[in-house]
Formats: sequence, structure tokens, C-alpha cells
Amino acid sequence: MRIVVCVKFVPDIQSDRQLGPDGRVVRDLGDGTLNELDENAVEAALTLAEEHDGEVVVLTVGPDDAVDAVRKGLQMGAAQAVHVLDDDVAGSDAIGTATVLAAAVRHLHAAEPVDLVVTGMAGLDGLTSLLPTALGELLDLPSLPLAARLTVDPAAGTVTVERQLDHASETLTAPLPAVVSVTDQANAPRYPNFKGIMAAKKKPVTTLTLADLGVDPATVGTAGARTQVLAAAPRPPREDRVLVQDTGDAGTRLAAWLVEQKLV
Amino acid sequence: MTATPVLVLLDHAADGTLRPPVRELLTLARTVADGAPVHGVWAGTADVAPALPVLAAQGVAAVHRLVADADPHLSSVVADGLGQLLDATGAGLLLLVSSFESKEVAARLAVRTGAGVVTDADGLEVVDGRLVALKTVLAGTWSTRCAITTPVALVTVKANAVPAADAPAPTEPAVVDVPVQVSATSRRVQLVERTERPASGRPDLGSAHVVVVGGRGTEGDFSPVEDLADALGGAVGATRVATDEGWIGHDAQIGQTGVTVAPRLYVGAGVSGAVHHRGGMQASGTIVAVNADADAPIFEIADYGIVGDLFTVLPQAAAEVRRLRAQG
Repeated sequence: MRIVVCVKFVPDIQSDRQLGPDGRVVRDLGDGTLNELDENAVEAALTLAEEHDGEVVVLTVGPDDAVDAVRKGLQMGAAQAVHVLDDDVAGSDAIGTATVLAAAVRHLHAAEPVDLVVTGMAGLDGLTSLLPTALGELLDLPSLPLAARLTVDPAAGTVTVERQLDHASETLTAPLPAVVSVTDQANAPRYPNFKGIMAAKKKPVTTLTLADLGVDPATVGTAGARTQVLAAAPRPPREDRVLVQDTGDAGTRLAAWLVEQKLV
Repeated sequence: MTATPVLVLLDHAADGTLRPPVRELLTLARTVADGAPVHGVWAGTADVAPALPVLAAQGVAAVHRLVADADPHLSSVVADGLGQLLDATGAGLLLLVSSFESKEVAARLAVRTGAGVVTDADGLEVVDGRLVALKTVLAGTWSTRCAITTPVALVTVKANAVPAADAPAPTEPAVVDVPVQVSATSRRVQLVERTERPASGRPDLGSAHVVVVGGRGTEGDFSPVEDLADALGGAVGATRVATDEGWIGHDAQIGQTGVTVAPRLYVGAGVSGAVHHRGGMQASGTIVAVNADADAPIFEIADYGIVGDLFTVLPQAAAEVRRLRAQG
């Protein structure tokens, strides 16, 4: 079984994240990292590969240092990494990114069949959650997002996910190949050990361009974006802030303040 | 914008009652429609009748009821129906509540129709004929204005983005059945099981005007949190630690990977304010924090912070709120 995991390089959420004048996330602050929620995707893929005698390929789209994201995947145990690196990708929205990833998955599938594509539930920068479903649509594969549990039945050739939505829990199943996104409830990602880190240095990272993938640059990046950020500004600091030490009546004073603020 | 209809996907419970954010969506839809009709879309097998009085008061022109020979809960089937309706009505805008299910529908429609999509908008305007969505990003620390440059726009809107108001003149919405051509792709995913979560008796966490949240500092005792939530008529939420410890169900988790909330009032009790949690609540209108640790990061973003013991502060506040309410 061959599994492709799509991962994203994002600014560390513990860092001071900023938007530039173009409305894009500033990515040159030097503290980018593998999107934390994608570690769950890599873990899910590695677990399935171990259960079903498979192989995991990590795939990313992004600037030079995005290679760090796939390297982390290799350290965790993926066998191969692919980095789509092309200036024309910059400024892609979720659909544009999905377009590039879909082309890369097709490229990999042509070389050797891909049975399953796994992603994290969201990128911790944009948090749109659009990518996994859009990727399934573009590949014309069933997409089963937000798996808190994920099982594959190789004999039946199916994948089954259990997921929690706002008002319901669901079990979905579909024939392979398929696209699945996993939540942070799905597993506890492994830490790369020394052996894994050393082994990763010998593993191949293939770099591909849009031309290699046959993607028209006009359909992705800024050129293909369907939305345009007109303005971006840090939210103003909150004013008239109150901080009190409880001396016995803080609850009463809070209630009075809430009434004064017309919140009660 | 040309005067094309605006479509609103009518999120509702299994008994046919509309979820509260739908009124906000319809209000917003009328604002940007500028006189063009607002149409509702009803997906699922629930009876539409309980929703009709609200839709009439909101001035909805028509309700399109999607009828499909496939499971109506599958986002792909809903997208099949909405794609047909966008074509048939010539609508330039579809509004959906910001739920995971809506985002699946929007992602599918965006690929199928070429529409631009903005998720988690907290406002929507028409500027020089273009739709502009307002959105808070990077864990509530930045505000952006984002134009949608395609002829059709898909926008998911966060609860509490705008105050709901009825239309100046009510309507008698016509209910029209729309037979959905279910695509071959939609038929490949099978919904094996779906269990609706029972209602708690409290407002929905995602759309409540008031949310009281318990964290590690509750040490597993949520009774003061529930007490204050009930006094304020609010919902109960929790941090990741509290749900992981099993103190409360996972569906109560607020954060970047749980429920995102933006209530008028957020009260965090024994909540430290880790970055993951802040990402799910920092856009709240007013933030109150009660924590024994004066160095808790949540105090950096709190409008009203109390360094104190939540087990004394919360019950006292709840009792005082009830007393003041009784006084009128």
C-alpha cells in the first residue's frame, strides 16, 4: 500500500506571526516548522504502512525552507519526499495549493499507484480546512475529512473513518484510492529518534516544478487566486482593561461590571 | 454587485428548527443583496415547516428543498444540489454557517464552479460592486479585508458576526422541491452511521452569546463553571487539558482544532491561555479571566482579569448575577 501525506510548512504558532502588506503570512521570520496538525497525518500514514506493508511518501508545496517540513516527515519514518518548488506557486489560496498537490499526486500515481492520500485537518496559519476536500474533488477521489479514527481494509479495498462534527458523530466509508484528513484526536505523533534522524539524511527529496507537473501557472499562485486581500492590520489592543486581586468580593464586583457593560 | 439572488444554506436541527446563526446569515444576506431576493436552501429530510415563521420574518423569497436519492448528510450530495441551484438561480453569493460540514461543501463547490471562497468571515460588505469579506486571522490577532474576485462567491460566516434583525416586511416564502442530480463521485462515499448529539439544554457552544470555559484550574470540578454559565444563560466550554483528562466531553473543547467561538462575553476559569486555546477564542467581544496564577498568559488578553480562586469567585459572581437579574 502506497500512501502520500501532504504536509505544510507554517510559521511556528508560538512565534509572533504577522501578515505582510500583501496580506500573506510573513514567512521569512526563520522559525517555520512542519504544521503541527500534519504530524498526526504522518503518524496515521506510518501506522497504516506498518500494518499493511506499505510505504509513505511525504509531499509539500512551498518555498525553499518548506523542505524542512518533508525532512521532518522523513525523520519520522517516511521513505521518500517530494517538494514542489516554484516561484509561481507563491500567493496560492487553498484551491490553488490543492491544484498543485493534486498534480503532484497524479505524477506520483503515474510512477507507482497511490492507494491513499492523507492530510492534517487544517493548516495552523490559514485554518480554512478547505484543502483536503478540495484535493479529493480535484483528483476525483472520495474525500473523508476529519478522521478521529481511520481504518483500511485491504481485502475489501476500502477506507473507513469515524469523525466528530459540531452536532453529530459519523462513520464514513469509501473505496480506495481516497483522500482522508485526520484530526489531532487520531493519534499521538511519534518523535523522530536518533536513528530516524540519521536515516533521513540518506533519503531522497525530489524537487519538482509546475512545468514538471504540467500545471499552468495562470491557474495557481497570485495569478490564479480567487480572493485578494485588500488590507491587513494587527487588531488594536484592548482598552480600559481591569486586573484585580480577589480580596473577597471579586465575584460581586465582576457581576456589577458585567451589568455596567450591558453584558448581563 | 449585480442584483442577483443571494442563497443561504439553512442549517437546522433534525427536528426542523433553524440553528441561531442562520438568522444572522439571513440578516447579512439582505444587507449585501441590496434589494435582490434572498433564497433559502434546505438540505436533509427534516420538515421545513418549523423554520418557515423565521424565514418569513427574515423576508426570504423562496426555499429550495433539495430532494436526492442519496444520503442528504453527505457534503458531496449537498454540493451537487447547491451547484445546480447556483446555475438555475444565477446567484452570485452563497452564505453558509462556519461549520466543518459547511467548509466541506464550500471546498467542493469552489472546485466544481470556480467560485472564490472565504471561510470564517466575521462580516461582509459590498465595496465598488465587489464583495469584501472581513476576517480575523492568526489566532485573532490580525484583521483582514478580503475581496472575492470571481463571479460567484462562497462565504462561511462565523456565529455572532452580526446581530440578527427581522426584515422590514415579512414574506410568505414559497417552498420548491429541487430534484438533485447526484454525481457519480457522491455515490462513492457511504455514510455508514450518523448519531446526532443530544441537546444539552444550554445554548450551542459555537453560537452562544456567552461562553464560560473551564480549564486545568477546575481540577475536574466543572460545577462552578456550569453554575455561572447557567446564571448568564451561556454555554459551557473547556480547554484541551480538561477534555483530554475526561472531565468533560471532547465536543466542549475550544481551540484551533476544536470549536472556535466569538461570543459577546467569554469567561475563562482556571484557563491559562495557551496559544492553541487563544486561537479559538481571542476574537470574543469581551474576555474575562479568573485564575489563581497572576502570570497566566490569558491575563494579557483579558478585558477583566481576576487573580483569585475560581471556586469562590465564580459562585459569588453567579449569585450576584441572579440577584441583580431578580431586581430587574
